[in-house]
Amino acid sequence: MENFTLANAATLDAALAAAQQPDAKFIAGGTDLLQLMKDEVERPQRLVDLHGLPLDQFSIGDDGARIGALVKMSDLADNPDLRRRYPVIAEALLASASPQVRNMATIGGNLLQRTRCGYFRDTGVAACNKRRPGSGCSAILGFNRLHAVLGGSDYCIATHPSDLAVALAALDAAVEVQGSDGVRTVPINEFYLVPGGTPERETVLRPGDLITAILVPPPGMGERSHYLKLRDRASFEFALVSAAVAIALDDGRIRVARIAVGGVGTKPWRLPNVEAALAGAAVTPTVLTEAAAHAAEGARPFRDNAFKIALMQRAVARALATVTA
Amino acid sequence: MNEFEVSRRRFIGASAAAGGLAAATAKTAHAAAQTSAAPVRTPEMVDVTLEVNGRRHPLSIEPRTTLLDALREELRLSGTKKGCDRGSCGACTVHVDGARVLSCLTLAARCEGKAVTTIEGLAAEGELHPMQAAFLARDGLQCGYCTPGQIMSAIALVEEGRAVSDDAIREWMSGNICRCGAYPHILAAIKDVAGSGSRS
Repeated sequence: MENFTLANAATLDAALAAAQQPDAKFIAGGTDLLQLMKDEVERPQRLVDLHGLPLDQFSIGDDGARIGALVKMSDLADNPDLRRRYPVIAEALLASASPQVRNMATIGGNLLQRTRCGYFRDTGVAACNKRRPGSGCSAILGFNRLHAVLGGSDYCIATHPSDLAVALAALDAAVEVQGSDGVRTVPINEFYLVPGGTPERETVLRPGDLITAILVPPPGMGERSHYLKLRDRASFEFALVSAAVAIALDDGRIRVARIAVGGVGTKPWRLPNVEAALAGAAVTPTVLTEAAAHAAEGARPFRDNAFKIALMQRAVARALATVTA
Repeated sequence: MNEFEVSRRRFIGASAAAGGLAAATAKTAHAAAQTSAAPVRTPEMVDVTLEVNGRRHPLSIEPRTTLLDALREELRLSGTKKGCDRGSCGACTVHVDGARVLSCLTLAARCEGKAVTTIEGLAAEGELHPMQAAFLARDGLQCGYCTPGQIMSAIALVEEGRAVSDDAIREWMSGNICRCGAYPHILAAIKDVAGSGSRS
């Protein structure tokens, strides 16, 4: 790891000002940033330490949830109100990383963790347009079992690794961002960018912007939610495929369905065609399976990851069956 | 002041113009510091006082020093192990303010004012912590490299109230990898402590 200077930000304004310096980065939990710095994927000259800022509170009530960016994953996951109102968030958090990492990592940092693509994290011989724009993509013709089947481009097929972001996508949550020109709120489904020709640009954040909070709307009447994560081992592993579902039922019929998948897309991926197939439908196993089949629409498999398409359809069907049971 | 310094000063004094004397003297002091055993202080160094196992240690370290490296290299507390150094194996698990964390992904400079507990801080008055004793009794190790991290995690797990079933213990121990595969014995040790209601 290259050396850097470390500065405490006493106030939000001080943090934003410090971030305007060249080669500066914010550090919150540091669980991903320090890995990237050890591997010299990231080489910031200055770290701006956020941990003194008053962004570590959250409130959950009838008008929704406001979760400060510096809330620890473990503190949020353990909250009884969160588990009751937003099971999909609690389940996504508890399926993330390890207990130690969850004690360190923050909600805001979780949304900005970088892809686990091995070529992105290998500064040796691998080409990666995300790490070094214009250098090529070793994954497209390489070992791509873990890569995306949705949202990829000829420049990048890396998946977004966050479980939390997939849950938030299904809940139509929003990200509160503070920049040098004030506060703005960005819907999570507009927050992430597909790679296109510029995979180094992953979100709509501008240099020096800071996530201050996550805003989650209140669950609709009778809404249930659930997160299903499938991985290569039972725990402490990133998703091969995950499904976040939020469903409201009316008399055995689906009033509203919002579904997002993880591990398969270059960003947390909503499935509007599956949602449309479910809207107004009676809950039967056939309806759920047929609706889940729409998840494959637009999917583009590569040499090693075609299995993800069928796995995604089945994960969505199973998550729907669980949440409507 | 020894004879060498005196003669060196005389030499400098004799050969330098009055205006250049101060700078030349500073250069001499710098040269003396470099030949001594004291570490060279670079501008990037930061001062931090680490409180480890109840003892306070004032340190001057580079900002990039992880808590793991500070414990092992600066404080010579080598019980905390470096496995992957990337947060994947759990061998470096310590407690910071009572919570289990990965010392390899913690910057030591950010630990000012926090209470760090390592494997060396568990045994009270020479008596093993019950979790240490249970790992011995149940043979919860083979090579032993992951064991300090396993024990720090296991103690936290019991204190967090997660030891409600075998599956729950396995899930909440999943951040600690054992290459030798001692998992069944580790599980047995944790169940012994969780079930006994003893200090944990």
